[in-house]
Amino acid sequence: MSAPVLSSPEAFDCRVAFADELAALAREDERIVAVCNDSVGSSNLVQFQKEFPDRLINVGIAEQDMVGVGAGLALSGYIPFVCGASPFLTGRALEQIKADVAYSQSPVVLCGMSPGMAYGELGPTHHSIEDLSWLRAIAGLDVIVPADPAETRSAVRWAAHAARPAFLRVGRFKVPAVTGERPFTYGAATTLRDGTDVTVVAAGTMVSRALDAAEEAAEQGVSVRVLNMSTIAPLDEEAIRAAMRETRGIVTAEEATTTGGLGAAVAAVVVTERTPVPMRLLGIHREFAPTGTTAYLLEHFGLTAADIRAAALTLARTDA
Amino acid sequence: MLVADPRTAAAWRLFRQEFADAGPERRREMLRTRANQSRTADLRMIGRAKLGHVGGDMSVLDILTTLFFGVLRVDPEKPEWADRDRFVLSKGHTAGALYATLAAAGFFPEAELDTFAGPLSALNGHPNRVKVPGVETNTGPLGHGLPVSVGMAVAARLSGSSRHVYVVLGDGELQEGSNWEAAMTAGHRGLANLTAVVDRNRLQQGARTEETNTLDPLDDKFRAFGWDVLEVDGHDHLALFEALTSPRGSRPTCVIANTTKGRGVSFMEDRVEWHHKVPSAEQIVTATAELAR
Ligand SMILES: Cc1ncc(C[n+]2csc(CCOP(=O)(O)OP(=O)(O)O)c2C)c(N)n1
Repeated sequence: MSAPVLSSPEAFDCRVAFADELAALAREDERIVAVCNDSVGSSNLVQFQKEFPDRLINVGIAEQDMVGVGAGLALSGYIPFVCGASPFLTGRALEQIKADVAYSQSPVVLCGMSPGMAYGELGPTHHSIEDLSWLRAIAGLDVIVPADPAETRSAVRWAAHAARPAFLRVGRFKVPAVTGERPFTYGAATTLRDGTDVTVVAAGTMVSRALDAAEEAAEQGVSVRVLNMSTIAPLDEEAIRAAMRETRGIVTAEEATTTGGLGAAVAAVVVTERTPVPMRLLGIHREFAPTGTTAYLLEHFGLTAADIRAAALTLARTDA
Repeated sequence: MLVADPRTAAAWRLFRQEFADAGPERRREMLRTRANQSRTADLRMIGRAKLGHVGGDMSVLDILTTLFFGVLRVDPEKPEWADRDRFVLSKGHTAGALYATLAAAGFFPEAELDTFAGPLSALNGHPNRVKVPGVETNTGPLGHGLPVSVGMAVAARLSGSSRHVYVVLGDGELQEGSNWEAAMTAGHRGLANLTAVVDRNRLQQGARTEETNTLDPLDDKFRAFGWDVLEVDGHDHLALFEALTSPRGSRPTCVIANTTKGRGVSFMEDRVEWHHKVPSAEQIVTATAELAR
């Protein structure tokens, strides 16, 4: 187990690593194409467009068309990365994702850019906090939430080779590097910090905050395990069962609604075991955000390291 | 929910009265001055918030000003009045332009503009009807305004009201298929109480519309869907006023308003990068001076 990495002052927009890796893959494999919705800039596809103008299909402001076009390309032997702001990609084209991608088993990589509340003051129409719930309900669709630039890079490469219907949540809100040398491992949680009292299962922007929380909890004598659950579907159920056996409670933390995302997925495993452990689900509880920056809203909804630590301490004490 | 500012609303009523009584040249001058004041207010908001969609705001402000200061039968002090005309800004990303216009008409105090996009402000980056009087439906995702407006026009007809429904659409926005489903419904039902204005500035977020996904011939498209189509200079207030108040037949009306993104600020005009770039304090001073001319 390598030492936990605390949020360093340096933080990164994962779209940069995403774009970089996608362009590299496109140089290696001419089946790689990108499809977008007037989002060449916001999906960071400027370099891709420069190098591969013919392989960048910008359908304009038309997400349903975008996903359908992606499916058509995939069913014709291409490997399409379909890129758009996550709220519009997932919300607007949900039925295309279900029927044309997942049900048809067309290997499209859906890239939800700037997810969660990354669009801060642009408001709930531009927030993508429902995506994990919506997409987790769709059979056969992988739901991947990388935690930092290195894992984003690694997940993009995995997706290009896996040839499966997949959704990648590509973060814009800057996060510190937390995964170190560990590559993205499909379907497996990675233990970023071991602990014996409570487990925090986190994804995306919440992972670095969970590590900070664990460090702070340690100072108060509570040992917190931190799992980076970058594959939300299919879920690493074994890692959850291990957490149930080896620690006394589980906190989940996600920049999403708790009505069906990571927390709900973990809870579904926990409650079906013979001896469930107490849980706290951190996220947004069926509420539209007020006006505010991303950082402000994360605080507003109780998604800071301090909030995660408080939840972990409560669980540690509940069962003591 | 914000509340009306009675003094500004009274001034707006006087403006409307003077406008109704004025000749063409005076009318043009009144709207031109008013629109440029809103441009200036909007630039200040964007500068303060460090966020906004300045190009589309400048593009649409002559349309919004003509509607609110010349055309719409509304009452800023009675935003819930049942028989008011309905106005929907489908290109919701230009909320700044709408807020500046609504505040100038007295729907809420102009001081509120300073909170634009700030923590817990009613004035979100996209308009919210739950918080802002004068906003009829929440927009932001493109391609929602026209279907909702069709519903409002059907409702007006069902309830025997003479109210009219106006909706402003971006041109890039028309790439969304939902618009064409709604256009078909409106044409099929002959919704003569519906007017859609297309802010035809020929730019979208990242490029020109015709380079991204061709919209032309836009007039023929709407005609084929059963609409009457008028085409005007979208910065000519009198032409806009005429088109928006023209006698209606038995079909919905589409007004294609030819506009320039960034209109009124020389260094922004027709430049795609000003879709949502934030001007510096210095640039705002320059722009404000240009608009005062
Ligand atoms: C469904 C959806 N997809 C994408 C966006 C992102 N977006 C915001 S504004 C914009 C361009 C709009 O262009 P246009 O309608 O021509 O408006 P204008 O140029 O007048 O600002 C885009 C793509 C969005 N708001 N909604």
